[in-house]
Amino acid sequence: MNALRRHRALSLIWASEPGIRGWFSTVNHTDLGRMFIVTAFFFFVVGGLLAMLIRAQLATPHSAFAGPDIYNQIFTMHGTIMMFLFAIPTFEGLAVYLLPKMLGTRDLAFPRLTAYGYWCYAFGGTMLLVSMLLGIAPDGGWFMYPPLSGAIHSPGINTDFWLIGITFVEISAIAAAVEITVSILKYRAPGMSMDRMPIFAWYALVTALMILTGFPPLILGSVLLEVERAFGLPFFQADLGGDSLLWQHLFWLFGHPEVYIIFLPAAGVISTVLPVMCRTTLLGYGWIVAAAVALAFLSFGLWVHHMFTTGIPHMGLAFFSAASTLVAVPTAVQIFAWIGTMWRGRPELHMPMLHILGFFVTFVIGGLTGVMVAVVPFDWQAHDTAFVTAHLHYVLFGGFVFPVLAGLYYWLPHVTGRRRFFRLGEFAFALIFIGFHVTFLAMHWVGLMGQRRRIPTYAPEDGWTAINLVSSVGSFVLAIGLAMVLFDIILNSVTAVRGRRDPWKAGTLEWAMILPPPAYNFASLPQVTGRDPLTRDPDLTSRLARGKGYLGRPRHGWRETLTVDVATGHPDFHVVYPSNTRLPIVMSAITGLFFLSLLLKLYWLTPLALAGVAVLACRWVWTLGRADDLPAQDIGHGLSLRPATATDRAPGWWGSVFLLTANATFFGSLLFGFAFLWTVAPGWPPPAWFTPSVLEICIGLAGAATGPIAIRWAIQAVRREANAMPALAIAFAAAGAIGVACAAMMLRAPDPGGHAYGATLTVLSGYGLFHAGLVALMIAVLIAKVRGGLTSTRRRSDFPVVGLWVDYLAATGTLILLVGHLPGFLS
Amino acid sequence: MLLSGATLIFVLVTGLVALPFLRRKGTASERHEIRTWVIGLGLAFPMTVLAALLAYGLVIGERLLPYPGDAVVEVAATGSRDGWIFTYSDAADRTTSAVLHIPAGRPVDVAITTEDVIHSFWVPRLAGKLDAIPGHVNVLRIEADAPGTYQGLSAEFSGPGYANLTFTVTAHDGAGWRAFLVGKTE
Repeated sequence: MNALRRHRALSLIWASEPGIRGWFSTVNHTDLGRMFIVTAFFFFVVGGLLAMLIRAQLATPHSAFAGPDIYNQIFTMHGTIMMFLFAIPTFEGLAVYLLPKMLGTRDLAFPRLTAYGYWCYAFGGTMLLVSMLLGIAPDGGWFMYPPLSGAIHSPGINTDFWLIGITFVEISAIAAAVEITVSILKYRAPGMSMDRMPIFAWYALVTALMILTGFPPLILGSVLLEVERAFGLPFFQADLGGDSLLWQHLFWLFGHPEVYIIFLPAAGVISTVLPVMCRTTLLGYGWIVAAAVALAFLSFGLWVHHMFTTGIPHMGLAFFSAASTLVAVPTAVQIFAWIGTMWRGRPELHMPMLHILGFFVTFVIGGLTGVMVAVVPFDWQAHDTAFVTAHLHYVLFGGFVFPVLAGLYYWLPHVTGRRRFFRLGEFAFALIFIGFHVTFLAMHWVGLMGQRRRIPTYAPEDGWTAINLVSSVGSFVLAIGLAMVLFDIILNSVTAVRGRRDPWKAGTLEWAMILPPPAYNFASLPQVTGRDPLTRDPDLTSRLARGKGYLGRPRHGWRETLTVDVATGHPDFHVVYPSNTRLPIVMSAITGLFFLSLLLKLYWLTPLALAGVAVLACRWVWTLGRADDLPAQDIGHGLSLRPATATDRAPGWWGSVFLLTANATFFGSLLFGFAFLWTVAPGWPPPAWFTPSVLEICIGLAGAATGPIAIRWAIQAVRREANAMPALAIAFAAAGAIGVACAAMMLRAPDPGGHAYGATLTVLSGYGLFHAGLVALMIAVLIAKVRGGLTSTRRRSDFPVVGLWVDYLAATGTLILLVGHLPGFLS
Repeated sequence: MLLSGATLIFVLVTGLVALPFLRRKGTASERHEIRTWVIGLGLAFPMTVLAALLAYGLVIGERLLPYPGDAVVEVAATGSRDGWIFTYSDAADRTTSAVLHIPAGRPVDVAITTEDVIHSFWVPRLAGKLDAIPGHVNVLRIEADAPGTYQGLSAEFSGPGYANLTFTVTAHDGAGWRAFLVGKTE
């Protein structure tokens, strides 16, 4: 089989459906990565237009351009869109597109999940856009502080759009994070040990883990606030035992890591692109990985620095001030490692390099003003002024937009297979750079003169007129520059001449393929022996195309790949991916229906939508099953691998581990909220504690003790080809027992609308009840699979997955029951 | 001082970025490079600067804290979306809106809270800002060196009308303050 015939055979297997139909049924990471990035840049344009409206409003005093009502919607949506609908999805898009190619494999771990995440993002973003077109967009600021965003002070539907729409979009972030983590750990080319991974993969891994632990507090906050608005459970109302500070903690517990979730992927782009631009390798690979990990840990200790003015004791402030300044250290390590890389190499001024220089200048200024606001007395003055607005734009534009533009120009030849022909980009860069600094240097200045953030207008006596006008003019120069970049990219994508393979002479694997990339990435998978495989072996691309690597023989119409051992990169199992399907888009549409029913208060529709999602989810797992055992598969070079279903640690198990990590963070945040209200909120202790019941607690704890034992018994049984049914039946009953105990607690909880205590117990027991139902459903599906003959000792990987969820239910159920019943016993 | 230090660091970094374009390719060993760039400039340099800065901030911050003393005047500020209301512990019957009266030259503790959404009490020339949070009372120490009027602002977004949520602080001399307390000043 020659290279061309292999290409045709593989394309037939891997290609999405032709034409526009393919968009809706594709599960291919190249397609979905491009769709993510294009959608994200669409939202970037929308957010940018909103920014232009803000600057038009502030250009002159007493501006009558937009009234306060509209202006509040404009700046709220500007922040919301840039954070949630541009920055995070751009990272997801880059990672989805690049990672399998950089790691030398053919797709991400869960192709259908990639598609599901994309559609959740597209539908959720559309919801927010619709609210804006109807003039009922969120207007409480992107941070949505209650009580301003509560039902009393914001009775309209505006806030609900934010809380529900963003939670819907968040599903895609969690899905992508699980996907990226498992893909990096398990789906790599043979021989690619952790320390041979391209540096971008390290950054993506750290970022994904941060999303899994950073986003759940926000999701929890949104759920609680929406429940308060819709059903009157007073989590944030001070007169009923709630506390608006709880929102601030939950929000910034997400909000600060978010800044680094945005910065780290951009730093990953720089660490990848800069050495190539300097014709050398990255200085201090290990140090940079350590710095990224340190940044991730430190960023979770910083959230309080957004709350320096909320009256937190000064010693507390000292701790968080120290942590906030300390975070500059790992950042400095990266910056100087990059500069060191430039010194060891010979930098060349290509387009990506220009934007990297833009990054250096802008980001360093942003970092320095950041250290200023980390000093508590300075922050007491600068907080909530235009100075902070200017600072955060230096950090985010410098630390994200410039690197992303560098990456865009760097990987554009990869996506299009063309060479840049028109030279608009250089001129656009000059406009962006000058426009940006004029806009935001002026904003620092006017902030120090006392201009507050978020005011719709000001008076001529304030003396800010000239500076604001300069800032607005600068912003229009910046906008023209960005528009030119988009124009340049579109023009060069459709008209320019075909380019070479590996135009930058890079060493990473994404360049070891024909361009634009084929649906299957690599005709055969490489054996990796170092960090820059393509530098070591310039002939690699054609050898892989000729099928000299692993899995070079198309067979059975399978989308095949292999997984590797996490640390060493030795191949361990053989995987067959699912192929094109509309299941993801349908399922995310039904998920959207669920959120829509909450938004429009059509509560009769909510259970129907939930049932629809459950049915589709069952179908999702069912279609992967096989009725017969597959033998070990020959993957070439004398190696053969067993299918991943024949193990206890299949990709699905890893996915569940990381999904449960996010879930546990959510649950932990809920417990934190309970403890916070109890100790800090006014109006505690509540009028009456929950009346404890020995019977209920015994039923629940019996279930929590039996479930994990029964499911282990089932795992043993299927491994020995014995009958697993009795064990599964017991596990099912155990989940039911936990559900019954939680339901009893929910029914008997003190009036949830009367005090935050009753409200918290209701949510806690609801959480337990939901998980009991979920686990029961999983066990039921497993029982059906056993009856349908879809399991055997070589097809047993579902059992340990369900085992994880049973264990999780037992642990959280126990905690919920103890937290609910114990205070009553003790008092 | 913050500004000049920041400018100095900025010039240093941009200089280091620009230099490699002008000079020939470096020849130092990897170990030497790590020692210079990562350990020297990346770790030691920021740690030194930041430790100094942090200590400075804490000392200043400590000086701004409200410590009890016999000369302290106590007032209360309550935010609302209709404007600020001020009450005085030295004159229980006096309530003013939109104007806070204080004596000049004496430390004043402002007990800040709100009756609706979150606001922030800020008189830029007298002190930093502190939030007014439902169900909590935060105490801010302010002091006016000389009699006069000082502009005050709400500094936390509070919905429509936020831009106009301002107040003034009137600092009296000794006689003026006594006159205010007995109700002779409006």
